[in-house]
Amino acid sequence: MKVLVPVKRVIDYNVKVRVRPDGSGVDLANVKMSINPFDEIAVEEAVRLKEAGKAEEVIVISVGVPQAQTVLRTALALGADRAILVHAADDPHTDIEPLAVAKILKAVADEEKPTLILMGKQAIDNDLNATGQMLAALMGCAQATFASGLEVGEGSATVVREVDGGLQVVKVGLPCVVTVDLRMNEPRYPSLPNIQRAKRKPFATITPEELGVDVAPRLEILETVEPPERKAGEIVNSVDELLEKLREETEVV
Amino acid sequence: MAVLLIAEINGGELSADLTAKSLTAARQLGDVTVLCAGAACSGAANEIAAFEGVSKVLCADDPKYGNALAEPVADLIVGIACEYDHVVGPATTTAQNILPRVAALIDSMMISDISAVIDGETFERPIYAGNAVQRVRSRDKTKVITIRTAAYDATGTGNSAPVESLSAAGDPGLSEWLEDRVAENDRPELTSAKIVVSGGRGVGSIEDFSLISSLADKIGAAVGASRAAVDSGYAPNDWQVGQTGKVVAPDLYIAVGISGAIQHLAGMKDSKIIVAINKDEDAPIFQVADFGLVANLFEAVPELTDKL
Ligand SMILES: Cc1cc2nc3c(=O)[nH]c(=O)nc-3n(C[C@H](O)[C@H](O)[C@H](O)COP(=O)(O)OP(=O)(O)OC[C@H]3O[C@@H](n4cnc5c(N)ncnc54)[C@H](O)[C@@H]3O)c2cc1C
Repeated sequence: MKVLVPVKRVIDYNVKVRVRPDGSGVDLANVKMSINPFDEIAVEEAVRLKEAGKAEEVIVISVGVPQAQTVLRTALALGADRAILVHAADDPHTDIEPLAVAKILKAVADEEKPTLILMGKQAIDNDLNATGQMLAALMGCAQATFASGLEVGEGSATVVREVDGGLQVVKVGLPCVVTVDLRMNEPRYPSLPNIQRAKRKPFATITPEELGVDVAPRLEILETVEPPERKAGEIVNSVDELLEKLREETEVV
Repeated sequence: MAVLLIAEINGGELSADLTAKSLTAARQLGDVTVLCAGAACSGAANEIAAFEGVSKVLCADDPKYGNALAEPVADLIVGIACEYDHVVGPATTTAQNILPRVAALIDSMMISDISAVIDGETFERPIYAGNAVQRVRSRDKTKVITIRTAAYDATGTGNSAPVESLSAAGDPGLSEWLEDRVAENDRPELTSAKIVVSGGRGVGSIEDFSLISSLADKIGAAVGASRAAVDSGYAPNDWQVGQTGKVVAPDLYIAVGISGAIQHLAGMKDSKIIVAINKDEDAPIFQVADFGLVANLFEAVPELTDKL
């Protein structure tokens, strides 16, 4: 079984994002970029499937700017076998939309014929939570989103999904798309030898044109602004003082 | 403009609050038809018909929609989507599972988790865990949207819209529901509660999390948790508040033993009043709290519960 894992290069989750004063987007200059945390978990899960003898090959793919090759190298160091970079933009501020990414992934999946596509449930930059569902739609296959547990069997997979009401367990036919939530696993740290080895693993670069996909955006981003700021209030000195404030300021207590 | 709102149905029952809040946003877009898809959901359809501003309810009552699996429900929606300018639903795990699938099937770019409607094609949505707000315009023929319900008040009742039945679409048979693991409790829903009391890693154990629940029960609040508390097994996953959990905006949010990481703030910083109880005076949660109490939670929480 082949597993395809799409990964995205995003601003590191520890960075406090700054909005550019002219409303044109967020500041990316000198900002630490990392693999999207959810995607890292997807890579880890795919590598574990390989280690368990359930997967033969783990292919990682990223759609974006050439610098995205760093997150592909990270994924290779975690244990993926080969990488594909789809060079779809040159300006790091260009965010290729989920619909276009899904079309690209569909075209690659048509070629590679993975049995399982494991990906993050959302990217922590645009927070859209859509690419996996869109890919499953285009492939006409099953989807299991927000997964915290995965058991791959013959011709089907059993997935535990984190939903608003608790957990939902579903059985999906293969091939399928599984999008992972944070509690799926804890990714390993790549060892130094594996980081070295990653540099020699197969790495291909292709373009959306070669795949026949138009990546022109559908959404026009008119403006990006700071959210309304919330001011710090006051420090109270005791539970009694807190109760007094709550009685003054709210009707709920 | 014609709007199709996907009602939030769970086990045949209407999630009235989430549906009524999304309806408020949907009404800003145009004339609203509500789709009620579920198993034995005719009661839910009648309930929706009473919401103000609903023109019509389409009821697709069929066992295959009972667990809201994305593949069959998306096919059902795609069958009628072209009649609408907007297909919208609440940004719940159910609709967020289904609607991007619909969007791709009709070649429309998904617009998730909007917090404001500017006009029929322009919307605002938070990005980067709410650290920025983006204004986007879509020219897609049918726009597919999920709504951040915490940004809207619920629409009231007093209507009696017609209910029509909608025949089920085929079942693609791609997936199968096996089981729901749901812990029942009598507390209010996290996303509709007026008060939320949340506990974090500082609470330290599943046993001591009862301090949080007791405080909540004393004031009729819902219970929430940080990701660290859920990861540590102190609280179930559906209590998680934040960028990847639920987004809440109650009248009062009490954060106990929570440091205030941006990913947690993303889910609660629009609460009207925020109270933080933390032993570390430098905890970032105090930067958004209206009232902060620097204290050991094991002393402060029982005292607070007692005196309320
Ligand atoms: C992609 C991604 C998504 C995430 N999504 C979410 C999300 O949706 N929701 C979320 O919450 N987090 C999320 N996180 C995690 C987030 O970054 C933080 O790690 C998490 O919120 C920390 O939880 P915490 O505040 O409970 O724990 P900590 O940061 O460990 O804070 C514990 C606090 O308890 C206080 N404390 C300890 N003992 C006591 C005591 N006796 N009395 C009083 N105070 C005490 C400490 O001073 C400290 O401030 C996400 C992270 C990533 C990378």
